[in-house]
Amino acid sequence: MDDNRIIADPKSIKAINKVSFKQRMISYKKKPLSLVMLILVALAAALSAAALVFIIVYVLVKGIPNLTPDLFSLTYNSDNVSCMPSIINTIMLTLLTLVIAVPFGVGAAIYLAEYAKKGNKLVKVIRTMAETLAGIPSIVYGLFGMLFFVSALHWGYSLLAGAFTLAIMVLPTIMRTTEEALITVPDSYREGSFGLGAGKLRTIVKIILPSAMPGILAGIILAVGRIVGETAALIYTYGSATGYAAGPLSSGRSLAVHMYVLANEGLHTDQAWGTAVVLLVLVFGINTLSAFIAKKLGSKKG
Amino acid sequence: MRLNRFGEKAMQGVFFLTAITSIAAVVIICVFLFYNGVPAMAEIGFFNFVGGQKWAPTNVPASYGIFNMIIASIYVTAGAIVIGVPIGILTAVFLARFCPKPLYKILKPATELLAGIPSIVYGFFGLMVIVPFIRDHFGGNGSSWLAASIVLGIMILPTIIGVSESAIRAVPESYYEGALALGATKERSVFRTILPAAKSGVLAGVVLGIGRALGETMAVVLIAGNQVQIPTRLTDGLRTMTANIVMEMGYSTGLHRQALIATGVVLFVFILLITLSMQAIKSRSEKKNG
Repeated sequence: MDDNRIIADPKSIKAINKVSFKQRMISYKKKPLSLVMLILVALAAALSAAALVFIIVYVLVKGIPNLTPDLFSLTYNSDNVSCMPSIINTIMLTLLTLVIAVPFGVGAAIYLAEYAKKGNKLVKVIRTMAETLAGIPSIVYGLFGMLFFVSALHWGYSLLAGAFTLAIMVLPTIMRTTEEALITVPDSYREGSFGLGAGKLRTIVKIILPSAMPGILAGIILAVGRIVGETAALIYTYGSATGYAAGPLSSGRSLAVHMYVLANEGLHTDQAWGTAVVLLVLVFGINTLSAFIAKKLGSKKG
Repeated sequence: MRLNRFGEKAMQGVFFLTAITSIAAVVIICVFLFYNGVPAMAEIGFFNFVGGQKWAPTNVPASYGIFNMIIASIYVTAGAIVIGVPIGILTAVFLARFCPKPLYKILKPATELLAGIPSIVYGFFGLMVIVPFIRDHFGGNGSSWLAASIVLGIMILPTIIGVSESAIRAVPESYYEGALALGATKERSVFRTILPAAKSGVLAGVVLGIGRALGETMAVVLIAGNQVQIPTRLTDGLRTMTANIVMEMGYSTGLHRQALIATGVVLFVFILLITLSMQAIKSRSEKKNG
């Protein structure tokens, strides 16, 4: 086969630098390994996508028929295993966790991005510690929460213990996303504000935070997604009481813990599928909202 | 004016305090875990605890050996790596270099969605779908090393894909163009110039994935069978350190409870080692680039 003729023939080249399909096939014939790699790469991507589609479709198909009114009845009993109390408990847990974690996370990010001097040793330590926190598995957070909040502070299994445990867990997420958002605020904003005579604090509160708000919100919503999906850190801090958590010191199960109990008992498989759908829809909705807000920020900047 | 000045300083102090909470959190977590776990290790005997093969906390006399669970955690993590790493890296290569733009707009959010699925849903899916499949086709009772490896392999995919893809994208385009100009095929250029250049970033993704797999609890406890043993076949069950903690913490008392906390300490030390090596990889690659 005369390969050079095809490449040399000007008519076979549609555009300079553009490799035609024919040329490609010829080069693959010479280098079959390249073709194998191409197939492997495409196959891997297809497999990843297939895993996601399979899991989601399977859960939806199995779960949606089980979304009965019973599953959402206002009171829980061992027959209907209603997930309504756990949804309310999850909302309360999420709110309380954010109330604790957001001021600390945003404050820390403001310090790192606005106050700390570049190359500061302490900043390096803070970053390392935040990364360490991000790497700790949720079961270790659960153990710590049980030892510290539940036992040492005598809070018992409670909303407060669960919220504090999760607040530490999502702190690095909020810190990182807020810091990234603050860094993307152009320096000219700061200079303009200083030039008009505003102090540092006023600049941060009135100028920088508002323009970084979409990024901060996206990070907070990401944290909400983690809180809603969390199980291991909550079993031994928030506990698994079936009713509504009446106050900060009473126990309740979050939706994910509720799902774990159902799956573990194995008595209410149908309801567990239904609960899985509720959980998936919640988490995906939250993540999509976060991505949407972050995208809005991107388009405004660009 | 003076009040204003004071306010500035005070708020700087407040921001500083919030910034050091992460340090305080790590310190207090370390102190509480070690303070509660180490006495149990001392009482059981460090080598009896870490090297003991028998876990029978309710026997008289009780034995607290977690060797089998340490090995099980390592086995499950290895299984997840075998499944997740090749698929993850190849998918990252596809996303970064081969994916047509319209497809990318679907595929990229899809991999991110994979990260959003709660671990309990993965576990339940594994329990209802993968465990019966293994029981029917490979024998055993289905709850096994293999089942846990498959589910964890899928769970670490988004981590590996995300980190690897950004590492691959960070490689200068000139590397790729140079290889093409020398006559290499597209695939050869990608795998022989870009991927080696992105090596440390990809490695960081893999290490992060190892950390995820090692610390995963809720998915594993539902599908791994939880027998305290070193599996000899892929269809054998096993119990990881994380599963041990979550299963027995509810009813344990006394030394048993402390031994579970000590199990958490061992897990924590593993994770700290992984975090440290992760940071070493990062600072090495920063030095190389900077």
